[in-house]
Amino acid sequence: MISTSLLTEFKNLLGKENVMDSESDRHAYSYDAAVLDAVIPELVLRPTNSEQLGKTVALCNENKLPMTVRGAGTNLSGGTIPTKEHGVVILTNGLNKILEINEQDLYAVVQPGVVTAKFAAEVARRGLFYPPDPGSQAVSTLGGNVSENAGGLRGLKYGVTKDYVMGVNFWNAEGEYVKSGGKTVKCVTGLNISQLMVGSEGTLGVFDEIIFKLVPPPVASKAMLAEFDDINKASETVAAIIANKIVPCTLELLDNATINYVEDFTKAGLPCDAAAILLIEVDGGHIALVEDDAEKVVEICKKNGARRVQMAKDAAEKNKLWEARRNALPALARARPTTVLEDATVPRSQIPAMIKAINDIAAKYKLQIGTFGHAGDGNLHPTILTDKRDKEEFHRVEQAVDEIFDVALSLGGTLSGEHGIGTAKSKWLEKETTKATIIYSRRLKKAVDPNYLLNPGKIIGG
Amino acid sequence: MHEDLHQLAKMLHELDDQMVACMKCGLCQSVCPVFAETMREGDVARGKIALLENLSHEMIKDAEGVQEKLNMCLLCGSCAANCPSGVKVLDIFLKARVIVNTYMGLPPAKKAIFQGLLTKPALFNTILDVASKFQGIFTKPASEVIGSSCSRINAPIIGDRHFMPLAKKPLRKLESARNTRPGKGGYRVAFFPGCVVDKVYPKVGQAVLKALTHHEIGVYMPAGQACCGIPALASGDKESFDKLVQHNLELFEKENFDYLLTPCATCTATMHEIWPLMSGNQTQSMQERIASLSAKVMDITQFMVDVLKVALPVSGSGIKVTYHDPCHLKKSMKVFEQPRALLKSNPRVQFVEMAEADRCCGCGGSFNLQHYNVSKEIGQHKRDNIVASGAQVVATACPACMMQMSDMLSQNKDQVAVKHVMELYAETL
Repeated sequence: MISTSLLTEFKNLLGKENVMDSESDRHAYSYDAAVLDAVIPELVLRPTNSEQLGKTVALCNENKLPMTVRGAGTNLSGGTIPTKEHGVVILTNGLNKILEINEQDLYAVVQPGVVTAKFAAEVARRGLFYPPDPGSQAVSTLGGNVSENAGGLRGLKYGVTKDYVMGVNFWNAEGEYVKSGGKTVKCVTGLNISQLMVGSEGTLGVFDEIIFKLVPPPVASKAMLAEFDDINKASETVAAIIANKIVPCTLELLDNATINYVEDFTKAGLPCDAAAILLIEVDGGHIALVEDDAEKVVEICKKNGARRVQMAKDAAEKNKLWEARRNALPALARARPTTVLEDATVPRSQIPAMIKAINDIAAKYKLQIGTFGHAGDGNLHPTILTDKRDKEEFHRVEQAVDEIFDVALSLGGTLSGEHGIGTAKSKWLEKETTKATIIYSRRLKKAVDPNYLLNPGKIIGG
Repeated sequence: MHEDLHQLAKMLHELDDQMVACMKCGLCQSVCPVFAETMREGDVARGKIALLENLSHEMIKDAEGVQEKLNMCLLCGSCAANCPSGVKVLDIFLKARVIVNTYMGLPPAKKAIFQGLLTKPALFNTILDVASKFQGIFTKPASEVIGSSCSRINAPIIGDRHFMPLAKKPLRKLESARNTRPGKGGYRVAFFPGCVVDKVYPKVGQAVLKALTHHEIGVYMPAGQACCGIPALASGDKESFDKLVQHNLELFEKENFDYLLTPCATCTATMHEIWPLMSGNQTQSMQERIASLSAKVMDITQFMVDVLKVALPVSGSGIKVTYHDPCHLKKSMKVFEQPRALLKSNPRVQFVEMAEADRCCGCGGSFNLQHYNVSKEIGQHKRDNIVASGAQVVATACPACMMQMSDMLSQNKDQVAVKHVMELYAETL
């Protein structure tokens, strides 16, 4: 139990309204978007400035309270579910200021609680571009994006969150300030701690400010939709586009089940009888080059067996196509009560093999699996539709998930492309890496967080 | 107490199938007007559903705390309209409010108002008629353009609100009950003005009647109409709600008509959506009666545009008018083009769209009374968008939104008038 005096201390520091200890408030921070058991935190704290954040961390450390930092709680691997014993949730949504957008030097400085889409919109308003666009961007926070190394639809050409992180300033476990990286393109001062922070899921420090790289936006783009009667042909088309040295900014695949669920939800006019569709977008700095690429893509699609290829006529039509893709996961979620969303990722040349394996696994365990994903970067989202209340069926789901990971690893892939490891996948970590990798990581963790208070149990267990 | 909690949990089980559909994606955080102000997870749909689930699984003991969170909601339906998993959030919250209220009991003040007053339309009307005569003693005019008032004295229930005074004479005293046959218009409609139009904005009701008369529509407007029931239901008082539904049902079943029209978005959504939704405990024949009346309920602007097809493509060059989407019209009824069509085809109107036109105004009925500070913060965003549009008039199709926007604009001393779409339409006739 947290003592009354400590509670008072937090209230004096943060203000009464930013210290939540009622049962109902604590229950509201016991889960995230992962299908995992809830853990009720003992306390929820909401600092509203940098100094408060640092002191909050220091106070938690002094009192041996494990801290889980939470932005919008959209995590899909349990990274924002608090720790079992005396867990404390530190909210970042009170730290939501864009501190600087520098148009000369192409960088931005933000607090961790800034919402991704709001940031991207503000950057766009200044004529610049912040490409990472995770599916939850309407609510997700940039701090969370960095912690999870969030991806999105544009990963193939523009990279993921890590490719835009220039610096991370954070509070260490003791509540002391650590600076890493900077605002210059070149910066080799000290260890490259910023990149260590990316994807660390809150286990190594509590972010205070993040410096992001910005880029000039593409001036032209062309979006296409190609329909296939055979999902393998779609997969082969993906491989063929890349082999032809064209890098679309987005190359998304939806299988038949997914197409139908999305169409039902969005009424975007998708072809419900197709075995698969590819949503492809090419962009660039000159319209002629983009149109040239688009024509080549259309040709490649047809050559590889697309039964129909359409090009979006205008911006509105293009936007509608992509809006449909963004709704793939949510739409699948309507089919059954529980949605288990995986993100096993393989080298893109292995996509046909991976999709075939997923369909075989679905048949073997008699499960509904809709697969969609970022086919261009091999990051597929096999989405298992189930009801967690049905114990027998859910057991089959767990077996299927195990098998999906085995196949992904056997194809030279990885456990998670962008959702993180959290607690959901930490048990498989050794399968992909080695025993020594985990020991090394744990030593690192112990060195910077000797009391094991920074989101303990995540990624590397322990 | 423990045994009681078990009972409450069991009652909440009926919501289990609907609640499990929430996959906790958290996207409701991007649209919830209350969350935008408080930033607390317990105030957004995902959090509330998690709390109800935990209450129903007996993981949480503080039922009162959950009730408090449950009431921290405008019932605007923004979350449901944007929910990727299609969770029926409003169904869940309304049913949960009834269940939790049955367990916790209704606060005495609400009990007195709903059960002693609202369900007795004649008494309710008399009391408010008397109140309208004396209100000038305690209040003074605040804005001429808007017609709002504020308190002369330090009255806690009024606070710093700039509220719309009760009309000197309610609609039912200005316009007699009627039962007319259709003329050339061909249709016969029933007219349900709703409490706020009757008591605060009779001019809106008069505008509707003027338009219906102009188009030679037969009108059945009976005396003795009761509230649609939503204030009682939103507070979890199903008993009063049922009484009000039954009262209105009996009144309107007396005559035949093609549509039952209201100029109030909330009344429309309640009668069209909520009446059948909450009729599960009624007899089969009662359910059928409710369903058949509900099916006839239609928003007045939808009737004008979709049925009478009055909107003509005229580009207006008159006063600048913008439009606010009432949540219960756009998100519940999917009606948003019709009121705009009426404005755009109005020769006296130059229509301008405001930013975030469908963002909730923050009124939420009794939410405004219980959580005025949050309601006001939400309303301030609406006010900012209205003013930024440069409009001289903000039009809408819900008298509750009109009250809220009047309060916000008047407090900010803005010279922007608040009107119902039908008022602007009637002015052209």
